[in-house]
Amino acid sequence: MAEILLQTANLDRYFGGLCAVKDVSFTVPRGVIKAIIGPNGAGKTTLFNLIAGTIPPNHGTVFFRGRQITGWKPHSVAALGIARTFQTTKLFAHMTVLENVMVGRHPRTRSGFLAGMLSLPRIWREEGDSKAKATAILENLDLAEYASEIASNLPFGRQRLVEFARALATEPALLLLDEPAAGLNIYETKELADLILKIRGQGVTCLVVEHDMSLVMNISDYVVVLDQGRKIAEGPPRDIQRNPDVIRIYLGDDHAQHP
Amino acid sequence: MNLAQIVQYCLSGIAAGSVYAIVAIGFNIIYNTTGVINFAQGEFLIVGAMTAISLNQIVPLPIAIVLAVVVTVLLGGLIELAFIRRVPNASVMRLIVITIGISIIVREAMLHIWDETVRSLPYFTGSEMSTISILGAQISPQVLWVLGVCAVIVAALTLFFRFTLTGRAMRACADDRMAARLCGVNDRWMVTLSFMLSAGIGALAGCVISPVTQTQYDMGAPLAIKGFTVAILGGLGNSMAAVAAGLLLGLLEVFMVSQFQVAYKEAVSIVVLLLILVFRPSGLFARPETSALRAF
Amino acid sequence: MHLQRYLPVIAAVLAVVVLHLALSVADATYYMTQITMSAYYALVVVGLCLLMGYAGQVSLGHAGFFAIGGYASAALTTSNLLAYQHTRPIAFCRSLGLLLERQDLYGTSILSFSPWLAFAAAMILAAFIALIIGLPVIRLKGHYLAMATLGFGLIIYRIVLAADGFGKADGIINVPPFRLFDGLQVNGRAPFRVQNYYIAWTVVIAAMVLTTNLIHSRIGRALRSIHQSEEAAHSLGVNTYRCKLCTFILSALFAAAGGALLTHYNGSIGPSEVTVMKSVRYVAIVAVGGMANLWGALLMGVLLNFLSLRGVFGTYDDAVFGAILIAIMLFAPDGLLRMPRLAWPPFLASRRSHG
Repeated sequence: MAEILLQTANLDRYFGGLCAVKDVSFTVPRGVIKAIIGPNGAGKTTLFNLIAGTIPPNHGTVFFRGRQITGWKPHSVAALGIARTFQTTKLFAHMTVLENVMVGRHPRTRSGFLAGMLSLPRIWREEGDSKAKATAILENLDLAEYASEIASNLPFGRQRLVEFARALATEPALLLLDEPAAGLNIYETKELADLILKIRGQGVTCLVVEHDMSLVMNISDYVVVLDQGRKIAEGPPRDIQRNPDVIRIYLGDDHAQHP
Repeated sequence: MNLAQIVQYCLSGIAAGSVYAIVAIGFNIIYNTTGVINFAQGEFLIVGAMTAISLNQIVPLPIAIVLAVVVTVLLGGLIELAFIRRVPNASVMRLIVITIGISIIVREAMLHIWDETVRSLPYFTGSEMSTISILGAQISPQVLWVLGVCAVIVAALTLFFRFTLTGRAMRACADDRMAARLCGVNDRWMVTLSFMLSAGIGALAGCVISPVTQTQYDMGAPLAIKGFTVAILGGLGNSMAAVAAGLLLGLLEVFMVSQFQVAYKEAVSIVVLLLILVFRPSGLFARPETSALRAF
Repeated sequence: MHLQRYLPVIAAVLAVVVLHLALSVADATYYMTQITMSAYYALVVVGLCLLMGYAGQVSLGHAGFFAIGGYASAALTTSNLLAYQHTRPIAFCRSLGLLLERQDLYGTSILSFSPWLAFAAAMILAAFIALIIGLPVIRLKGHYLAMATLGFGLIIYRIVLAADGFGKADGIINVPPFRLFDGLQVNGRAPFRVQNYYIAWTVVIAAMVLTTNLIHSRIGRALRSIHQSEEAAHSLGVNTYRCKLCTFILSALFAAAGGALLTHYNGSIGPSEVTVMKSVRYVAIVAVGGMANLWGALLMGVLLNFLSLRGVFGTYDDAVFGAILIAIMLFAPDGLLRMPRLAWPPFLASRRSHG
């Protein structure tokens, strides 16, 4: 039985009168690829925001590696080992690809204002180290050729990859991917699927929000289905495909009756 | 303090507060349509008053005021056309800096046109000697003019925004500019109109307060700051709340003056501004959640 | 590889020396006074550039920090403690060499705090106030932050204008020179002109070295990342709030240092240093020089202040800065000067490790 990496319990989040997430509980064991699916407005990104710390939940708890991280700020969550990517690419547009990835090394490095200003030898070592690690990640993702290119100059698909690389640079135990296939063509999506599997093979657990069903069915070990903020199903992809509740929320009542 | 003194203080506080409220409403109108905080808002009051003062030397007072308002309205439109319209997708910081620059230019222009002399419009009715007795207090009729004019402005604006097509079009722009455009509203003209409207009410308020406070070329900036404080106090974009907040600030100021030194009067608005920004930036009358969702 | 970033520093040192030589040859060394003053103002601008261009925070009240540095130094070095010289704390300070004994213009003996102590106290005060102000204000956004800093500047203005201890409208005069070491002193009088020119530029260039180092360090990268996408930076482990706050405090220290040193140089300080227009000027200069361009900001800071001090703009002084603000924001929002990052000569460029 693998270690439980992430555990959410009874998460609630309201915005004014609107209930975005209602009583959502699930776990993510180490080493799995778990997908979160659901129609638009189901609360998937909000759920990510709750886990990653962008917004605090109204009720409920989030545990990571046995530690309660409910309401922790994003930077603390990142330092602990959870990294995320965003639905719309949020690259540092005016920095090079390498610099973008080097920012990802921030939680694993330490030099502060004073050390930075005085340019102590300790800094030089740390910088060289960050640069080497960042370069290694870029090579791992076949992005090495773009290292000194300004990030916003890259084609869209490559930009998504850079965001990936950046998140990986934080050495996460858990990677939250928010619609990573959005805007990718079928070839790029296939590459993405291979990449996610490769990363999992390197020891990173992945929690993926996705709309692309083929991607979800291909790579996930487990699937969680949300609808209007509630979890309505959870299980291996095959079971989810046949689950009448799931079918109903996507295709309407008629289809749910036919197995 | 007897009743007469209290009445005196309250009325002067409310009068000052209503002027602050007009400045705040000017901020809100422009903010609602464009998302821009117009740092030059205070200058509109002074331009209006100064223009009226100069024109009054050749035409009777009512006509001078009307013409001054027209001139200021045109100035407002000109500012929008020349500067704001050129930068449709500018960031918040950029727009802040532009409107600051505009306020400086307008103020320096006023300095060179009208120099540093303190001037004022004549009292609308009577003179500085005349008083009206209210509950034992001797009130200058001009104070009543201030209250009256500001009330009329607020009423007229309410009617305008609620019942006229243009007013509703501006509200539509404020809500969702793209949607308004898709409905055939000329949103760029709405933006210009919002500047012109803010300029106009500012000019009118500047004229009516001039006999009481006198007018000098650099009085725009302090007024803008107080107006901004009031706008934030009521919740940015909420003009009815701005009225209440304006009266509140006006009364707070006279309270400080009555109990402590006059020197602290200026400090009141700044302290209120800092406090409200720190503790409740969404304003006294707004719910914090909704402001957090505003893209600002 | 690291030396690339210091090329502008070397260029600046050369430029400073060349300028001195040129002025001596042209027998125009009296310009050095205003250049020195401009250098101290530029110190404020450099700090503000760090705050606005890298941390992305606008401050309309930085003249307030300048004033804190200047007024604190002035007040501490002009307050006459002679009456208390026999009390224990004062006698104790005296024995530690923390006090300055001198005679003022009229021959009266004065015992005041030494400029070193005053400087240190001014820095600590500025950092403390920046912390207090920054804590609530830094998390505000856009217009709110601008207004809050404006309010801060105004409060400082009101305080120095109203307080007897700060000389009200006249400010503080008879501020003694700041004796550094070996006969070097920050002193505005003619015999010390050349010396002070170099003192000022040493301070400024040292500040540039520190900020250049910071920009190229982990924190510098973090700051840039915050500016370009705060949400992403936050999700990558950058403590955005703390970074911005520390940058705010650092920029306040720069401003206060400029204020303190200039006060010793001029021998006085007045409320005119704390007006809103002064704060706006600093912002205008940063905008012209390029929001994230430290050397551009420095260059523009020295140039524009020098022109202003020489009276080149006449009565249109404020109007010029207002016009600059508008023009830059409309036409060149990235500033007039862009650093040629890519134009390093081949023999100085690092060998590429990848194709």
